[in-house]
Amino acid sequence: MSAVVEVSNVTKVYGAGETAVHALRGISLSIEQGEFVAIMGASGSGKSTLMNILGCLDIPTEGEYRIRDLDVAELDEEQLSVVRSQLIGFVFQSFNLIPRTSALSNVELPLAYQGLSRNERRDRAQKALAAVGLSDRGSHEPHELSGGQQQRVAIARALVTRPAMVLADEPTGALDTQSTKEILELLHQINATGSTVIVITHEEEVARAAKRMIRLRDGLVVEDVKWAA
Amino acid sequence: MGGLGFREIWRFAWRGIAANRLRSSLTVLGVLIGVSSVIVLTAVGNGSAISVKQGIEKLGTNSILVMRMGGGGFSRNQNSNSKGLTMSDVNALNDKEKAPHVKAAAPILTATGSCTIGNISSTPQNMTGTWPSYFEAANSPVDKGSYFTNDDVSVGRPVAIIGTTVAKELFDTDSPLDQVIRCNGVSLNVIGVMKSKGTTGFQDADSIVIMPITLVQRSMSGYGSLSQIQVEATDSKSTQDAMDEVTSIMNTQHKIKTSASADYRVLNQASLLQSSSDSSHTLTVLLAAIAAISLLVGGIGITNIMLVSVTERTREIGIRKAIGAPKSAILSQFLIEATLLSLLGGISGVLLGVGISHFKVLGVQPVVSLSSVLLAFLVSAFVGLLFGGWPANRAASLRPIEALRHE
Repeated sequence: MSAVVEVSNVTKVYGAGETAVHALRGISLSIEQGEFVAIMGASGSGKSTLMNILGCLDIPTEGEYRIRDLDVAELDEEQLSVVRSQLIGFVFQSFNLIPRTSALSNVELPLAYQGLSRNERRDRAQKALAAVGLSDRGSHEPHELSGGQQQRVAIARALVTRPAMVLADEPTGALDTQSTKEILELLHQINATGSTVIVITHEEEVARAAKRMIRLRDGLVVEDVKWAA
Repeated sequence: MGGLGFREIWRFAWRGIAANRLRSSLTVLGVLIGVSSVIVLTAVGNGSAISVKQGIEKLGTNSILVMRMGGGGFSRNQNSNSKGLTMSDVNALNDKEKAPHVKAAAPILTATGSCTIGNISSTPQNMTGTWPSYFEAANSPVDKGSYFTNDDVSVGRPVAIIGTTVAKELFDTDSPLDQVIRCNGVSLNVIGVMKSKGTTGFQDADSIVIMPITLVQRSMSGYGSLSQIQVEATDSKSTQDAMDEVTSIMNTQHKIKTSASADYRVLNQASLLQSSSDSSHTLTVLLAAIAAISLLVGGIGITNIMLVSVTERTREIGIRKAIGAPKSAILSQFLIEATLLSLLGGISGVLLGVGISHFKVLGVQPVVSLSSVLLAFLVSAFVGLLFGGWPANRAASLRPIEALRHE
C-alpha cells in the first residue's frame, strides 16, 4: 500500500523571539491508504496544528509534508485549493455547514467548486446523503436539523468528492452519546470502503474505534500503536 | 481543473443578497437615488438649455440689433458726439453697396402707454413704430390678417398689428381684425395679429402693438432719436459679415474712431445664443457634479455593506475555502454580489429617473439624453466593481485557518 500522508520532521512555530510558541517540535509519521488513525493528545499538545497542516490549511515552519507524493510546500494558493478540493474531506467539531443553505446544496458545494455539471452533482450528493442515512432531509436547512444530523450532512459533504482522506477534527465533541455512536459507526463504514480516515480527538472512546492511535504531547509523537481490527 | 460554473457563482452571490433583504434594498436605494438624480438633473439642465435656445431662435438667428449706448443723460462716460440713432443711420445701413450682407434695416421707435376698446384696457410691454421690413428682420410674422405697407408708413395711416397677449386682453376669443382700438388717445384699425412667440423670462414677446413709425412719431413719441435699429442679414452664415458692415457704417455715421468711444452697440442673436448656451452648459455640468457626488455616496454605501457582509461571513468563507473553493471563486462571488447590488440600483434608478423626467421639474420640461442614461448605468455597474473590489479582495485573501477560527 502506498502512503497517502508523509510527514517528516515537521515543526510549527507561531510568533517569534521571546513569545514564540512551538506547537510542533519535529513530527514524522506516515499514513497508508485505507488506515483509520486517531490522533490523540491533551489540549496544547499540537494535535489541532497537525490537523491543520495535514488538511493543507496551514504550512509547516520546517520539515516536509507530502500528500499523495505532492510536496505541499511547493504549491501555491490556487494549487492548494485544488488539493483541498480533490484529496481532502473535512469534518469539523462545529459541523460548519453553510447557513441558510439546504443540506443537499451543502453536500453539492465541493462538487460545484470542482466544476461538475448540475445533474452529476445532484446525483452524487443524493447518494452521499443516502449513505449517511439522510436521503429524506436533503431540502432541510442546517438549523432545522439536530446536531447529529448536521454532522452526518458534514460527513456526506466530506465524502462526496471521494477524497484520498477524510480529516475529522473532534467530530463527536459537540454530540451526545447516541449521536457519537452513530458518527463513529459511519466513520467505520467509510473506512471499510477503503477510504483513509484520520480523527483528531481527546476521547479514548473515539480513539478505540480506530485501528491505529498516535498520541502527541508537547508537539512530539509519544506513542504510535496499531490495533489489529 | 475545471472552474466553478459562472451560473453557480451567480447563485451564491444572489443568495448572499437575498439573505439580507432589508440591508440589500437600502444599499440598492443609495445607488438608485444616485443614478436617478444623475438622469433627472442632467435632463433638467438639458431641458432648460433647449428652452432658452428655442426662445432665442424665435427671435431670429440672422437678426442683428443696433442699440443706442451712452445716451439718456445718466451715463458716466457720455460722449460729446453721442447723438443717438437716426433715420439717416437706417438709410445708410440700407445701402446695398456698402452693406451687401444686410438684407434690410428697419427703425424701431418705442412708446409706452395703454390701449383700450370700450372699457377694456391693456398695457402692452412694447408699443413699436417701424417699417414693414421689420417683420421679417425680427422674425415676427403675422398670423392672421395682413402687414402694413410702405404706403401706410409714408402717409402715417392709423393701423396696428397686435400680439396675441394684447388680442386676448382686449378681445378675448373674438376676432380683433378690423376692430378699432385706442392707444394713447389715437384710434387704430387692427389689421393683423402676430404669431405667438411665447415668454422668455419676464419678457412677454406677445404683449406688443406694432404701428407705422410715422404714426408713432407724429402722435406718440415725437421726432427724436430712434430706440433701436433692427437689421436682417441676408442669411445666417452672413451674420458676422453683416455685423462688421453695420459697425463700419455706424462708425462713419457717428464719426467714431475707436470702438471704446462708440455710442452704439451691435447685438446679434447668435452671440446671445452662444452665451446662453454657455451658461446653461455650466448649469448642466454643475447639476451633473451634484448628481455624481450622490452616486459616489451610493458607492461608498456598497463598500460599507460589502465589508459588513465579508466580516459577517468570514467563517463561511473559511468553510468554502476548506472544502476547496479557490480564491478566484470567492473573489468573484463577492464582486458579483456588489455588482448585482449596484446594477439593481442602476436599473431601477434609470427607470425612476426617466419616469420623473416625464414631469415638469421647477417649471422646466426635462429632456433625457441617452448619453446620461448610458453613463449613469455604466458608472453604477462600475461602482459595484470599484467599491466592491476592496471588500471582495479582502474576503478572498483570508487565510482559511483564520477564517475558520472567526466566531
